[in-house]
Amino acid sequence: MIDWALIAESWPLYLNGLKVSLILMAISVSASFLLSVPLAIARVSRNPWLSKPVFLYTYVIRGTPLLVQLYMIYFGLAQFEWLRESIAWPLFRNAWFCAWLAFALNSTAYTTEILAGALRQTPSGELEAARSLGMSTATIYARILLPSAIRRALPQYGNELVMVMHATSIASAVTIVELTRTARDVYYNHLAPFEAFGLVAVFYFVITFALVGLVKLLEGRFLRHLRPMSVPSKAA
Amino acid sequence: MSTMIAGAPVEKLRADGLRKSFGTVEVLKGVSLAANSGDVIAMIGSSGSGKSTVLRCLNLLEKPNAGRIIVSGEELRLVPDRHGELDAQDAQQLQRMRARLAMVFQQFNLWGHMTALENVIEAPIRVLGLSRADAVARAERYLARVGVIHRKDAYPSHMSGGEQQRVAIARALAMEPEVMLFDEPTSALDPELVGEVLRVMRSLAEEGRTMLVVTHEMGFAREVASRVIFLHRGVIEEEGPPGEILSNPRSERLQNFLANSLK
Repeated sequence: MIDWALIAESWPLYLNGLKVSLILMAISVSASFLLSVPLAIARVSRNPWLSKPVFLYTYVIRGTPLLVQLYMIYFGLAQFEWLRESIAWPLFRNAWFCAWLAFALNSTAYTTEILAGALRQTPSGELEAARSLGMSTATIYARILLPSAIRRALPQYGNELVMVMHATSIASAVTIVELTRTARDVYYNHLAPFEAFGLVAVFYFVITFALVGLVKLLEGRFLRHLRPMSVPSKAA
Repeated sequence: MSTMIAGAPVEKLRADGLRKSFGTVEVLKGVSLAANSGDVIAMIGSSGSGKSTVLRCLNLLEKPNAGRIIVSGEELRLVPDRHGELDAQDAQQLQRMRARLAMVFQQFNLWGHMTALENVIEAPIRVLGLSRADAVARAERYLARVGVIHRKDAYPSHMSGGEQQRVAIARALAMEPEVMLFDEPTSALDPELVGEVLRVMRSLAEEGRTMLVVTHEMGFAREVASRVIFLHRGVIEEEGPPGEILSNPRSERLQNFLANSLK
C-alpha cells in the first residue's frame, strides 16, 4: 500500500526541492536566451569568422551528454592548478555555479540552433521591404527579423524549456538538493522507492504541463498571425 | 530650387547608364531614365527584359555594376565592392534615399507578424522619426485612402491579395516618398482582384504622384502613364507617350511584344 503518511511528512522537502529546481531552470534559461540571440545572429551571418565558431560550439555541445559536460566543469576543471589558484576558483568550487554554467551553456547551444533556424526561415521579401523603406540593419533585426523569428521559434522553444526542466534533475549529481535529489534522499531514509520517486514524477509532470500551457498561452498571443482564418470574401 | 518657376518640371529621379550582370549574363546594358515630378512612367517588356532589375537597382536592392542614381538632385555615392558591383559608400545616405523611393512589390512583402496598421506605422516611426500618434494618424489616413481602413487590425495572412497589396501601397505612401516604385504590383493577384489595386494606382497618378511602374497591364500603361518605356534585353528599345508608343510602335520588337500581349 502507498504510505500516505510518508508523503505528507516529506511534502515540505519536496516543495523545497521544487523551489531549487525552478530557480535552477529560471537562471539557466534566462542566461541561455540572452546568449542565444546574439549567437543565432552570428550563426546565420554570411561571415564565416562569425558563423563557424558558433557552429562548432553548438555542434560540440549538442554532441555530448549534459551530464558529461557538468562533470567536466565541476570535477574536470578542478584538476588544473592554475584554475584553483585563480580568482575564479570560488565560483568553480561552487556546485550551483557549475550547474548553472553547464545548463546555460547546454541550453544556449540548442536555443541558438532553434533561433538560427527560425531566422533563416524569414521570407526574403520581408527583408527587402524593410530595406526598401530605408531601415538600418540594426532596426531590421530589432523590429522585423528577431520578433518574427522568436515568434516562429516559440513552439520549438517550448520543447526546449521542458527539456531544461527535466535536465535540472542532473544537478543532483553535484550535490544540489533539487527535486530528484530530494526524492533519492527520501528513498534512502525510508526505503520507500515508489512513494519517493512516484511523488517526484508527479511534480515533474505538473511542472511540464504548466510549462506547456504557458507556451500555448504565449502562442495564442504571439502567433495569431499564423492562425488559419477564412479570408473574408472580397471587401469593397 | 526656390527660384524654380511654378509648374516647371522638377526632376525627381534620374538613372544614368545602369549596367547589371548576374554572373556572366548582362541583364542591363546601360539603361538611363529620368522622372519629373508628376510623371507616371510605365516600364514594359517581356519577362527577362530586365525591367524589374532596373527598379531594384534604383534603390540598390540589386547592386548595379555601373551607373549613377540621382534622387532630387542628390547623387547616391557609389563605390565598387570586391565583386565589381557598386555599393553605397555611406549606408545612411542609402537609407535616406531609399526612404524617398518607397517600393511596392509583386509579392506584397508585408511583415507577417504585424497587423496592417503596424505595417504602415513601422517605417515612419523608425526611419522618419515620427511619434507613434502622428504615425498612426498618417497610417489611418492612407489606409482609408486605399480603401482598407476596415482591415487595419488584420494580419496579412488573414487578408486577400488585393487587400494586402493595398496595405503595401499605404505602407509606401506613409513614407510620403518623392517617387513610388511599383514592381509588377498586380502580377501575383487573382484576376478579379487586379482591378481594385489598379484603381488605387490610377487615383494616385491623378493626384500628381511621381510613379515608376513595371507592369504587364497594357490598359494601365495606355490610360494612366504619361510615358512608356519599352525594355528589351537590357536596353531601352523605345520610349515616349503611350499614345505614340503603344499605337504606333516603330521597332519590330515592340510590335511583336504588343501583338502578343494584347491578345
